[in-house]
Amino acid sequence: MRILLPQVGESVAEAIIDKWLKKVGDLVEKYEPLAEVVTDKVNMEMPSPVSGVLTSILVEEGQTVQMGTVVAEIKVEGEEEAPGGEASPPVSAGDRAPDVIDRIGTLLKDVAPVGPTGSGGPAVDDGDGAPRSKPRYSPVVQHLAAEHDVDLSMVAGSGIGGRVTRKDVQAYVDAGAEAAQGRVSEAATAGTAQARAPAEGDERVPLRPVRRMIAENMVRSATEIPEAWTMVEADVTGLVRLREAAKADFQRREGVNLTYLPFVVQVVADSLKEHRLVNSTWAGDAIILKHRINIGVAIATPNGLVVPVVHDAGSLSVARLAKAVHDLATRARRGKLDVTDVQGGTFTVNNTGPLGSVVGKALINHPQAAILNTEAIVKRPVVINDAIAIRSIMNLCITFDHRILDGMEAGAFVTDVKRRLEAIRPDMEV
Amino acid sequence: MSEEMDRDSRVFVMGEDVSARGGVFLATDGLTERFGEERVIDTPLAESSIAGIALGAALNGMRPIAEIQFADFIWPSVNQLVGEAARVRYGTKGSMSVPLVVRSPYGGGVRGGLYHSQSVETFFTHTPGLKVVTPATPYDAKGLLKSAIRDDDPVVFLEHKRTYRLVRGEVPEGEYTLPIGAADVKMQGDDMSVVTYGLMLHHCLEAARTLAEEGVSVEVVDLRTIRPLDEEAILRSVRKTGKCLIVHEDTKAGGIGGEVAAIVSEHAFEHLDGPVMRLAGPEVPAMPFSPPLEAMFLPDEDRIAGAMRKLAGY
Repeated sequence: MRILLPQVGESVAEAIIDKWLKKVGDLVEKYEPLAEVVTDKVNMEMPSPVSGVLTSILVEEGQTVQMGTVVAEIKVEGEEEAPGGEASPPVSAGDRAPDVIDRIGTLLKDVAPVGPTGSGGPAVDDGDGAPRSKPRYSPVVQHLAAEHDVDLSMVAGSGIGGRVTRKDVQAYVDAGAEAAQGRVSEAATAGTAQARAPAEGDERVPLRPVRRMIAENMVRSATEIPEAWTMVEADVTGLVRLREAAKADFQRREGVNLTYLPFVVQVVADSLKEHRLVNSTWAGDAIILKHRINIGVAIATPNGLVVPVVHDAGSLSVARLAKAVHDLATRARRGKLDVTDVQGGTFTVNNTGPLGSVVGKALINHPQAAILNTEAIVKRPVVINDAIAIRSIMNLCITFDHRILDGMEAGAFVTDVKRRLEAIRPDMEV
Repeated sequence: MSEEMDRDSRVFVMGEDVSARGGVFLATDGLTERFGEERVIDTPLAESSIAGIALGAALNGMRPIAEIQFADFIWPSVNQLVGEAARVRYGTKGSMSVPLVVRSPYGGGVRGGLYHSQSVETFFTHTPGLKVVTPATPYDAKGLLKSAIRDDDPVVFLEHKRTYRLVRGEVPEGEYTLPIGAADVKMQGDDMSVVTYGLMLHHCLEAARTLAEEGVSVEVVDLRTIRPLDEEAILRSVRKTGKCLIVHEDTKAGGIGGEVAAIVSEHAFEHLDGPVMRLAGPEVPAMPFSPPLEAMFLPDEDRIAGAMRKLAGY
């Protein structure tokens, strides 16, 4: 039986086989993990869909393959040996499983009927969670791609189920994005020749898949988004006192530590409701204002940076947010995040305070419109009513996509966040 | 018709109730007063003889406009039209022709039930030798009817009943003709082509306006003539938009939609960015009488808009 890399989320197109947990000849139980797989969103174990003997591994560790690619074969007890009994040749990165070509061809059993004339909807996602064997492109999309030499796997699809449409290709070509996008993965792994050659005593550390994903995402953000940056100071003395007063009771009552982060997430979510442009995405010929407010929280883990998402953060209390953030952070550090945990983010909060940073410039979490750094809270002498007072000050730094936002909107947003944080009083209920 | 009867004394009108009553939809009202009963002839209730007499008159140099009161009752005349009229030019190596127009109200949405609502067009569009014209606006109806009357070959001229009263539009006084076999882009757009004819044109235009508010630019192509089809106009539009939806009231299987879809996939395959889709009447023997069932039969603005959204999203 051919084992396909399962589709794990609508926006995940490819994955890296990080490590095979079984070797050829091993007995495999149904649901037993076969391999560790890394996507740009999450790490996961790929369970075996059947019990049997692993007869061949078709994708080497470290290779990137499309979702739905055949990655291994398992012989199920009682199953007929494949004709000739030969193992298929290994496929190299990016290749798809070769279609079996017979004497006069084969019936494609996995092709869903197209359009309202068939018995189902368009053959994009039949909704039963079965993996699609490979992305299908319409004739005009293939034609355009060939004409402009576009690698379609680099084009983001806006059609049903992420299908790449003619407009997507056209926009991609028009925007000259092929250069920018195409550079991403190369640039991420390029480096100059000088940098590549280690000198004596240097140590060469091969890239882990997660590192490579982060590198690619950062290059994409840096090359594609014309970003601008601004900062305001927030007097969070009230918040600090509130937390001091409430944290012991909160820990006892809720079972999690009360940090500043849930307060910040709540204030940011409330502010985003009034500054919708900050909660948006650049779509080439339009700006998509996002309906939901899903706030990603950057978490450092032993394996690298991940950004799990608090969905619909605008409707949650501080206590609920504290638990949500705690849960995400815990599972992130253990590498136990689900795909859904990292999908759908519309804005990111990057809490650099614990690192001791007081000013920082984050890179935008592509394709969001902005990212907010909440820096370390430090006591500083400040002037209030012509008197000098010792106050707890936190810097709020925002990096924003200047295609979407101008300084006025970004400034208004971050000032709103500041105002709301400063309005927190020590005697508020948590 | 009166302009053509003025212009050419060979033109005359015949059919059930066309003279004394001026036609059940009053299409020939007033003609008898102007041209007399010799040129506006009431016939017995016998469609076979209406078509047969008209055919004979046409073969003998006249230019008859025969009315079949409802397209539902056109069947007895089919032998004369399909079996005879369509073949005359071919069968005589071009030495004879049949300058005959058969006018007939067709289509539903008027609570006409099983015997006054049907779409009969594809029985004729399958016949080489016939032309089938289906105007949807008053302006097109006049220009095309003049061309049909002047045409030297038989034309089945189908007028949608619902458009008689539902649709109003400017019609210039006096002389103009529109070519048979030419489609008309009724609304320009870039995101998809919607190909339609008859009453559905108006629902499609409404739906297209709704979609425009949602940011989808729909091009609406009115076929106007469904045999011969204006292949170039269809292909020009689909090559531009990359997507094609065909909407008609007639049932889907074997309908015009299938023919348009085939033309598109034969000649514009490389330009397609989505499946060619059809929205049409259901596979039911006839338009039902019950108002809710009739509404279910007829594609309406909402369902057309839904189909447009589906294709736009693809």
